[in-house]
Amino acid sequence: MKKTMLGLSIFAAATLLFGGAAFGGNIVIKGSTTVLPIAQKTAEAYMQQNPSVRISISGGGSGNGIKALIDGSCDIADSSRFIKQKEVKLAVERGRYPVPFAVAYDSIVPVVHPSNPMVNVTLAQLKDIYEGKIRNWKEIGGPDRPVVVVSRDTSSGTYEVWREKVLKKKRVFPGALLQASNGAVLQAVAKNKNAIGYVGLGYLNDTVKALMINGVTGSEETTLNGTFPISRPLFMFTAGWPQGETLRFINFVIHPQKGQQYVREAGFVPLY
Amino acid sequence: MALLEHGARRRLRRDRAVRLFFFAVALASTGTLGAIVLFLFREGLPIFEKVSVKDFLFGLYWYPTDDPADFGIFPLIVASVAVTGVSACLSIPLGLFTALYLAEVASPRLRRWFKPIVELMASLPSVVIGFFGMVIVAPFLQELLDIPTGLNLFNASLMLAFMSVPTICSISEDAIYSVPRELKEASLALGATRWETIRRVLLPASLSGITTAVILGMARAIGETMVVLMVAGGAAMVPRSLFDPVRPMPASIAAEMAEAPFRGDHYHALFATGIVLFLFTLLFNLAADQISHRYKQVGAATL
Repeated sequence: MKKTMLGLSIFAAATLLFGGAAFGGNIVIKGSTTVLPIAQKTAEAYMQQNPSVRISISGGGSGNGIKALIDGSCDIADSSRFIKQKEVKLAVERGRYPVPFAVAYDSIVPVVHPSNPMVNVTLAQLKDIYEGKIRNWKEIGGPDRPVVVVSRDTSSGTYEVWREKVLKKKRVFPGALLQASNGAVLQAVAKNKNAIGYVGLGYLNDTVKALMINGVTGSEETTLNGTFPISRPLFMFTAGWPQGETLRFINFVIHPQKGQQYVREAGFVPLY
Repeated sequence: MALLEHGARRRLRRDRAVRLFFFAVALASTGTLGAIVLFLFREGLPIFEKVSVKDFLFGLYWYPTDDPADFGIFPLIVASVAVTGVSACLSIPLGLFTALYLAEVASPRLRRWFKPIVELMASLPSVVIGFFGMVIVAPFLQELLDIPTGLNLFNASLMLAFMSVPTICSISEDAIYSVPRELKEASLALGATRWETIRRVLLPASLSGITTAVILGMARAIGETMVVLMVAGGAAMVPRSLFDPVRPMPASIAAEMAEAPFRGDHYHALFATGIVLFLFTLLFNLAADQISHRYKQVGAATL
């Protein structure tokens, strides 16, 4: 509560300070840390093209972003999930109609060491591996080697998708090696023939081998046509149909030649 | 006469100004430290409204972002203690024997070259050591010992030992070297061999310095973050073997703090972990201070 008050007062102060001087106006963006890199990269590019516009971005999580949108303390709420019914109701009570814009897809691919002969796993097998029930590759038709499970730190957005789509909200077993970034996971898997890990689609490279899930290869195409199971859309929400500068910024973000190229740069799957 | 008095007064005034300046600087640095400690406790203590101290310190599960969350840091504490302990087992003999060699065996010319090199080792950035452990040592250990993963307790301890050897070696070498010459000469004159002199005279005489060196080396190891973050594997479980992956406290704090919601439970829990870590290093430093004061060898009389 204190924080939102602080945010509000900063916002108010900023409006007072820049409102008169700037022709373009201000955009305040809050929410998901997963969407943060997309928002940052697109906002930087947008501000470079429109020097009079000021965009301030902060994280805090999808829930906090949507809360801020309902409060009216931000113009755009970043969210890595769709808005909940409860939140819609609260927003409508305040006279704000949340409008979703899908801005990118987040797609997570399981990876193993290049020497691992496995090519395909099922979602159920992945779940058992990450719950620590499958401890040897031979249990799922691989070589007789122990499985070393590499996962992400619990606060990462990538882990969140994995937990939701693969683990169905169950916990990763405590013996998993937790790495702090996509890069660290790649390192750990590339250097260990027993390892299995997962990274965002944009981070895949030759040092590791991507596994198919239920016979589907993880790619931009399978993400967009919805057949790849471990993916989700990322959203920006506005209160009501956006207007003025906010509308121009949203248009910029979802434009295939403008904002969407930064989506790929940030390691996500563009919309088109 | 008047002129002289004037000059003297001016010098006195300047003296007072300088004294005040140094007092202010000292106050600023200790004050900042005090503020950091205060902040640490203010941000860390609120977690104990949600979790009891016992559940926090001895809980076996660390799932800070789950709903409901588990804030048990026992595996992290065990990991920190184990990594520091194993690294001490490696670094104490290495550091101490190198120090003895430098102080007693090596020729003065060799010593002049060798000691700066050992001290330079201390300036290797920890991220470089961590990277070395991750990219070179981990695959090597895994192949050599045929273990599931090279990112484990042993690898982390080995890398930390590299970091504490220079500290241990340099400080204990100073201690051994500063043992009064008469002691050594008397021992040799009585017919003791060099080894006997080292064992019976030099080591006891420099014991306090060596102990201080060891404790400072270990304090460096327990607080080290980058190396354990990169090399220890990061699994929050109580290790059953030397080659299990672990997650020491500093690694957990560093990896999770950036994403923990400001003033949320997870955030407070990480600060509380910081308090525990702070108490550990404080204990080490107090012990080092105590030992170096109490058992200080003064002259030859007390030997």
